Amino acid sequence: MAARSGSMRRYLLQRLALVVPMVWVLVTLVFLLMRVAPGDPVSAALGGRLSPAALAARRHAAGFDKPLVVQYGEYLRDVVTLNFGQTLTDNRPVREVLIDNGGATLTLTLAALIVAFAVGLPLGRRAGRHRDTPPDVGIRLFGIITYAAPVFFLGLILQLVFGVFLDWLPTSDQAGPVVQAEVPTRTHILLLDALLAGQWNSFVDVLRHLILPAVTLGLLLAGVLIRLVRVNLIQTLRSDYVEAARARGIRESDVVGRHAFRNALVPVVTVMGLQIALLLGGAVLTEETFNWPGIGSQLVNYLNERDYTAVQGIITVFAVAVVVVSLLIDVVSAVVDPRVRY
Amino acid sequence: MSADRDRPPEPEDAPPADSRSESSARTSTELLAVRDLRIWYGTDRGPVRAVDRVSLDLAPGQALGLVGESGCGKSTLGRGLLGMLPPAAATDGEIRFQGRNLIGMSPARLRSLHGPAHGMIFQEPLTRLDPLMRVSEHFEETLHTHQPDLTRDEARHRALSALRGMGIPPTRYRSYPHEFSGGMRQRIMIALTLVLRPAFVVADEPTTALDVLVEAQIVRILADLRRNFATALLLITHNLGIVAESCDRVAVMYAGRIVEEGDVRQVFGAPAHPYTRELLASTISLATTELHYIPGAPPDLVDPPPGCRFHPRCPEAMRVCPARDPVDVEVDVGHRAACWLHGPESLVPPGMDARLTQGAIGVADEA
Amino acid sequence: MSQLSVEPVEEPREPAPQGGRGIRRVLSPVRSARGIARILLWAGAAISVLFVVLAVFAPWIAPYRFDQYSAGGHPFPKQGAPDATHLFGTTVQSLDVASRVVFGARTALEVVVQSVVISLLVGVPLGLVSGYLGGWLDRSLVLVMDALFAFPSLLLAIVLSFLLSGLIGGTVTAAALSITVVYIPQYFRVVRNTTVSAKEATYVEAARAIGARPITVMRRYLFTNVVQSVPVIGTLNAADAILTLAALGFLGYGVQPTQAAEWGYDLQRAVADAGAGIWWTGLYPGLAIVLLVTGLTLAGEGLNETLNPTLRTRPLRRVLLPPLPATLAPRTHRDRP
Repeated sequence: MAARSGSMRRYLLQRLALVVPMVWVLVTLVFLLMRVAPGDPVSAALGGRLSPAALAARRHAAGFDKPLVVQYGEYLRDVVTLNFGQTLTDNRPVREVLIDNGGATLTLTLAALIVAFAVGLPLGRRAGRHRDTPPDVGIRLFGIITYAAPVFFLGLILQLVFGVFLDWLPTSDQAGPVVQAEVPTRTHILLLDALLAGQWNSFVDVLRHLILPAVTLGLLLAGVLIRLVRVNLIQTLRSDYVEAARARGIRESDVVGRHAFRNALVPVVTVMGLQIALLLGGAVLTEETFNWPGIGSQLVNYLNERDYTAVQGIITVFAVAVVVVSLLIDVVSAVVDPRVRY
Repeated sequence: MSADRDRPPEPEDAPPADSRSESSARTSTELLAVRDLRIWYGTDRGPVRAVDRVSLDLAPGQALGLVGESGCGKSTLGRGLLGMLPPAAATDGEIRFQGRNLIGMSPARLRSLHGPAHGMIFQEPLTRLDPLMRVSEHFEETLHTHQPDLTRDEARHRALSALRGMGIPPTRYRSYPHEFSGGMRQRIMIALTLVLRPAFVVADEPTTALDVLVEAQIVRILADLRRNFATALLLITHNLGIVAESCDRVAVMYAGRIVEEGDVRQVFGAPAHPYTRELLASTISLATTELHYIPGAPPDLVDPPPGCRFHPRCPEAMRVCPARDPVDVEVDVGHRAACWLHGPESLVPPGMDARLTQGAIGVADEA
Repeated sequence: MSQLSVEPVEEPREPAPQGGRGIRRVLSPVRSARGIARILLWAGAAISVLFVVLAVFAPWIAPYRFDQYSAGGHPFPKQGAPDATHLFGTTVQSLDVASRVVFGARTALEVVVQSVVISLLVGVPLGLVSGYLGGWLDRSLVLVMDALFAFPSLLLAIVLSFLLSGLIGGTVTAAALSITVVYIPQYFRVVRNTTVSAKEATYVEAARAIGARPITVMRRYLFTNVVQSVPVIGTLNAADAILTLAALGFLGYGVQPTQAAEWGYDLQRAVADAGAGIWWTGLYPGLAIVLLVTGLTLAGEGLNETLNPTLRTRPLRRVLLPPLPATLAPRTHRDRP
């Protein structure tokens, strides 16, 4: 046992050692991308709205008049201290934007993950188990089409059907205006805040607003999940231990469920960790489609305002989030999978 | 060589005994009676005749070695006897196991036999245990599937005693498969097969993937099987030494057919089929001074040679060999061989017993 | 058994000595693909070809131009429902939806071709050099490419087109360039890893021993391996590129509406219509995206399944056992009682 925890600690350290240069390269990339643009960010964002003197003052305040190396050093320091500067347009700390809107993005992505797993796991399992049968072909087509449909198109169709024609569900915002005003902000996660405040009706209202965006984003991932589960299950169903289990007369449902499916999920977890990038990209589009007040819709706003600092901060956070989440998932699957020995 | 052909005269009266009635007469004493079993695989090139008209018998507690070169259908026969074939395989004939014919049996009934009635030990022990399940969970799952009334403690007790019999200490019961060596995993697999006390076990090259010391250990365990558990064993191997050490009888398979079968000492002491002789000559022993090998390769089972399938490589082939399928001849009590050298003369047309030179094979094919 | 036999399938795995034969060998499993893989592959190919035809012949197929809001002096209706003159209806800008859908195929094709070609031109040589030379260049390139690969691809494209729109405006080429950066790492990875393994493989060593120049070694032995994976990646990337282009358009960073018809932009305009129950402005461009991406994905997956030996299934062939010949029936002949 002691030896095992020792090797696990070594594995975690190795994995961490890989993350640091990765984050550094990503963060540098973001910085370089934002600086190759012509013109200076302040006049791009505020040009024409402020006097030249005011612009110069803003430029100085934001540090854009310093040499590039100094700016890079300050940027790195900001990243390490999780301080991403002030937005140029509305002069808010970027960190505040992230905190205020992060809850909505977190709610959306987690709900989408639940939808994706609830849809993707059973369908992928069914398709893989009955390979090349009509259900398999149908499920595969479903998976391909949900992946092929842009999230904003799927969202649009869902809005039309469930919001406009059937009038069952709200199609915009995170909650009704009254609820938004009434629920006291504590965690910045509206769903949780409504629950903490004991406002049951507000909670239901937020939940109803959540359904369509979560389904839209969830189906995008479900398509990926179906494909992964199917391919892996086909492979584990051909494995030696499955044949051995059958030779012991284990029921076919147990052979599939306990042996083949569980082993098929091991690589699925890792690959889904890489899909966090797809999830975040999809979240930006979903938020934009459903007017969901998350970080993604803030990013689009600041992009339209040409606010470099805000865009740089949000993109940096997204990039770091991707690396950190895939690290976490690797670590979790290493802890869960008894075989991982590094 | 003419001495080999010097056989006692045939009984004139008997029309050949009907194999069907014979089998039903014998099932009372036999555990397993196979008659005219064929297992063909469908492929793009046409059917592969992996097993072609095989008949054999196995008594309770008996150990039968199945030997032959790679690709001659040994593994297919072993899996076929347990009803564990891929969907692309077509079978016919008869596999009478404890009085019931496994051919045409429903998958559900077949599954109820897997485990408690018969089991299988595989070649690659490293990949045969589920990597995500503890050894204990493998045993609990197996016992619970077939004996749902068993309490947890009873199941644990059964599993631990089976493991102890294989030399695995109880302290390792909760370990994961990857924490064991290959030899230990094979012993766990054997324990997992024997914990249900099956009447019949197929072991498909159980020691090929293991090193020599471990191999000896496993061979001893298998040899003890019939004594300790009264389990009949079909041991598939290409190692004749293992068969001599651990089996009562041996069947020699070539190109989907059993060419010789009998008591181990009889077959190895006085091989009746030229293929068996060549196979024995090819084994390496301390007395080996030069390596002997059988010229040529086993035939393509999609398009096997006509008549006796060994005739293109046989040093003693006769003109009858490519022309007609040989029939089983009992060369001694409980020792049969399918080779025209042993007749029956009534089926060999006159002049067809002339030796076949390599150049004459083509001519004989046309005959 | 001759009536059951089929021609043997050519095996595409070993490297072919010559380029031409190499391609033919790679394509042979496509011809011999069977069953569902074959149906999917051909359905996907058919859909893709349909859109290529739409794109190439757009001016002749579309009833109007993509920016036309009147015909014969009569202005088109605003947000008009589908009818005989406007099969798919008209938009809020009085544009014909059907014509914009057809011309959108042209924009999509232009962007896809440009982005795939550029990423091939950059990614493949970079991967070759990096894998063959190794050393610090290889290590730093791998790190940068891995970082680019880990970056959310849509965000990367957004940032790039955000920057490029300041430089060269919202043109087709700007959109293609933004998408390109997302795919370069994929080609780089495949080519680099193949190069490294080809370099280490014994057959390369053997070729070197008989005096082949390194450049010949690389060209000859890499060709088949790379040719096997690039069509699959290319097709799947094309599908992905269309989604990215649409997303850029939807966020307002794609091709400018005056330059070309673009499905993502049309969908963005349609979001406002949806609230009023106007479904035709969004449905048709959306369906065009879904159909084309599905077609490309099917083609890519079909290619993968037929080219990748580990995914290929041996088709199930039924065997009919012929009855045992009566003359042979007594297989056991007892000499002694």
